This record gives sequence, C-alpha cells and structure tokens, in this order.
Amino acid sequence: MLNRASTYLYHRPRLALALLLGPPMIYMVVVYLGALFNLLIYSFYYLEEFTGLIVREFTLSTYAQLFEPANLDIFKRTTVMAAAVTVADALIAFPLSYYTAKFASPRMKTWLVIAITIPLWSSYLVRVYAWKLILAQEGILSWFINLLHLDGVLSWLLSFESIGGSSLALSPIGLFIVFVYIWLPYMILPILTSLERVPKSLLEASGDLGAKPLQTFRTVILPLAFPGVVAGSIFTFSLTLGDFIAPIALGNSKFFIGMAVYSYQGTAGNIPLAAAMTMGPIVIMIVYLLIARRLGAFDAL
Amino acid sequence: MRSNSFGPKASWGLKLAALGGLLFLHVPILIIFLYTLTPDETTYTFPLPGITFKWFGIALQREDLWRALTLSLKVAAVATIAALILGTLAAAAVYRSNFFGREAISFLLILPIALPGIVTGIALRTALGGFDIPFSFWTIVIGHATFCVVVVYNNVLARFRRMQGSQIEASMDLGANSFQTFRYVIFPNIATALLAGGMLAFALSFDEVIVTTFTAGQDTTLPIWIFSQLTRPRDRPVTNVVAMFVMLITFVPIFLAQRLSAQSSDTEGETK
Repeated sequence: MLNRASTYLYHRPRLALALLLGPPMIYMVVVYLGALFNLLIYSFYYLEEFTGLIVREFTLSTYAQLFEPANLDIFKRTTVMAAAVTVADALIAFPLSYYTAKFASPRMKTWLVIAITIPLWSSYLVRVYAWKLILAQEGILSWFINLLHLDGVLSWLLSFESIGGSSLALSPIGLFIVFVYIWLPYMILPILTSLERVPKSLLEASGDLGAKPLQTFRTVILPLAFPGVVAGSIFTFSLTLGDFIAPIALGNSKFFIGMAVYSYQGTAGNIPLAAAMTMGPIVIMIVYLLIARRLGAFDAL
Repeated sequence: MRSNSFGPKASWGLKLAALGGLLFLHVPILIIFLYTLTPDETTYTFPLPGITFKWFGIALQREDLWRALTLSLKVAAVATIAALILGTLAAAAVYRSNFFGREAISFLLILPIALPGIVTGIALRTALGGFDIPFSFWTIVIGHATFCVVVVYNNVLARFRRMQGSQIEASMDLGANSFQTFRYVIFPNIATALLAGGMLAFALSFDEVIVTTFTAGQDTTLPIWIFSQLTRPRDRPVTNVVAMFVMLITFVPIFLAQRLSAQSSDTEGETK
C-alpha cells in the first residue's frame, strides 16, 4: 500500500510537491494573508462619528485622517525613534560581534554566541519589565546617577522639550534606552553572521599588502559586514515601528504608531483608522525589505 | 595560529566595548532576580530595604497564576506541534524541488516576524470579528502558529541543505519507498533541527504578548497577566517572581536549542 503510494507520488513530482506545500501554504495564505487583506479592505471603510458604527463603503477619508497634523506627528516621532534606535544598536552591536567573530578563542566564542542568542529568544515582555524597575524614580539607575553626582546632567537632558519629560521613565530618552536594549540581539546576530563569513585569508592578504589594521577594518571588514548591519536594521526598525508594549509599560504619554493603532481599535473602536495606520509601517517595511534585498541583506539573515 | 585571531590582538577599546555590550544585554535581567527579594510592596526602592523570601510562597498559592501558566503551556504546546508539521512540510517542499515562487514562500513565511506584531494582531482580530468567530483557546493558537512556523522552517531547511543528497538516493536505490526513506534516513538527520526549532517555537509562543492581546479575548495567558501588571501594578513583588520564573522556564529550551545547533555546526566544520 505505502509502496504503491510512494511509487505513484514518485512519478508525479508535482502532486508530491503540492501535498507537501499544501498545508503550510493554505494556512499562511488563507489565515495570514487573508487576514492582512481583510485589514486592507477595512482601511477603506470609515467610522460614522455619531453612531460609532463602521460603515462598509469605499472611501479614502480614513486615509485622509492620517495626514492630520496629530497623526503626521505620530509617524514622524516613531520613524525618528526607529532610526535612532537602529543607529544606536548598530554602534553597540558592532564591537561585540567583531570581537566574537574575529578575536575570541573558540571556547570563549561558543559561550559568547550563546550569551548573545539567549536574549534574542527569551521573554521580550520580561526584558521590558526589567527596565520598569531600573528606570523607576526611586530605582537603581537614579541611585547610580546620584552616586556619580550626575543628577544635574540628567535633569538638564530631561529639560529639553523634544526628548525630555517629567522623569526618565516617562521621557523619550527612557523609551529609547528600552528599545535599544530589547532589539539589540536582533542587530548583533546578523552582523556576527556576516563577519564570520569574511575569510581570514582576506584579512591576511590585506595585511600582507601593507594595510594597517585600521585600514583593513575600514576597507575590507566594514564593507563586507555592511549587509549584516542592514539585515539587523530590518528588525530593529520594524520592531520599533510597531511596538506598543514598551511605551504603554513605561507610561509614555506621547503617542507612537503601535500605541495609536492599539488605542484606535480598542477604546475608540475605530478599526478603519487603526487599519489605515498599520498600512504605514507595512509600506515602510516593504520598501525597506526591497532596499535591503538590493544591499544583500537577506544572505546575512 | 591557534586561535582564529588575525594580526594584532584585540585592542583594549574593543574589549571594553564588547564587554559593555555584553553587560548591557544581561545585567537588567539580574536586577529582576534581585528585586524578587525585596520586602517593599509599593515602590522599586534601591538599594533594597531588606531581604525576604516570602514572595515565592505567595506566588505559588495564586490560583490566577496557575490558570494563566496552564493556558500558556497548552497554547505553546499546540502551536509548536502545528509549527513543526507546517514548517517541516514547507522546508521539504522548498528543498526538494526548484519551482517557480520558491523565493515567495520564504518571503511569505518570514513576513509574520518581519512585520510588526501589531499588524498580525490587528489583522487577525479584524478577521475574527468580521466572521463572528468567538475568541477561544484556538484563536490564540492560530495567532501563535503564524510566527512559529518560520522558526521551524528555517532550522529544518538549513539542515536539509547540509544533508547529503546522495544518502536519500542511496536509500531509494536500495529499494526503500519514500516513507521508509523519511523514517530511516531523513528523520534521523533532521531530528535535532526539529528539536531545536520546536524548542525555539515553544519559547516564542510561551512568552508572546503582542498578537495574544488581540486574539485572546477574556483568556489570560501568563504574558497577558504580566502585561496587565505593567500597566496597573497591583502585585509588584509577585510580578517580579513571575518574571523571573518566565525567564528561567524559557531559558532551558533556548539554551538546549543553542547547544543542539552549535553541536551540529561543529561537526559540519570538522568534516570540511
């Protein structure tokens, strides 16, 4: 019986392929893409303001609402934050990846890779929670800053309107630190992967040809590691764009895209506006992914 | 050269920067562990005003926590099984045939983790609402499976690519049918990849919160419980204990998965 089925399938590779591919594709296309498509349709409906009901008629008025100053502000604030987080993550991730890939002894390297990967998979929520403790006014960071007599510097930083706030936890600086922390592993691993692929012989050749270590770093290593940085930035950028847990957890009062979407669909019941708003990050990410593919980032994933 | 370093040794600047990055990754979690011992119920005062172990006992007796934990474990188990089946099938299809749209499949599978979680969440919620499907255990599982599939897929596909195609041919030549080949040749080869992928999928599902907030309705998973404590802290010390517990319970599968993948790539390195 099994033998015959096996032979039957062997002679019909397309059927065999369809049987393998069917279940995962049906699931992903029907459930996932279907839901995404449904969301897209909802973004063309609108909310009747007086009744609070969703009117299922085609309109672009919901999208027009996105261009109101308040919503444009949200987009701008979120994109700037995502870009800043990405840059900071790349700066912190590079030395650690570089050391791990090129200088650590094999034994040490195994442990470093595990130390880098565990935070990537471990609870994101708990990692956000840790910062609620750290950034609290009476918490460890304030204690440490006071110990170093830097409290003057902190209140000076918090006095800026764009990045400051009433306390570290409530300010964009606090949120920035949390984002940099939670997405850091997503930046380290792709950079590490791309650095690992740089053959040692290439570095030796560069040295033999008279390049100083810094020159080798700048002209050989950095260009070759760049796709890794771009690959990492896909995650840091996208994850920051859509996150609402960290801002809500810290109690940040300024809206970010994720938070806005969350509150539009939740308390306001305005699914069309929430749907239209998610199209923002989707479009930004698709453009980003296309550019990233150009830059060879997919090989470093 | 014994080590894989080249030219001069790492400079002090590089070492310090690397160490700094490493500490930044890990110290915050240790601070939670520290706070499980605080006797202070209402603030996060540091240095701790004292040391107590009573919160562990109190957390153990909380009914709501046990319910949330049970639900999270069940969801993670079912989502992992679904991801194992779907991910392996997709990986096998992509590995064995060269068909049009292969790239598109990888792209489609990676989409749920490349797009912000809130997109998946709100899309599923809107779809469920549109079709009047009530929230249940299964709606949570459906949400989790979307992003767990890619983890298994990546692990298994990577293993397939390292596998020798000749082994499969030999098995077929010796008269095994494709099911026997799967059972005796392919499965033993991909077993550790399945284990690693499955454990990572489990860890991912166990502490997922973003998609879950949209698909859970009234059900409370452990991460939803923690999230509610983040916005309206009522049981700070108990939350610390729960946070530490979640960290430790996910640590085990992640650590094992890492060791498994590291071992299989080590042996690959030796044969080269």
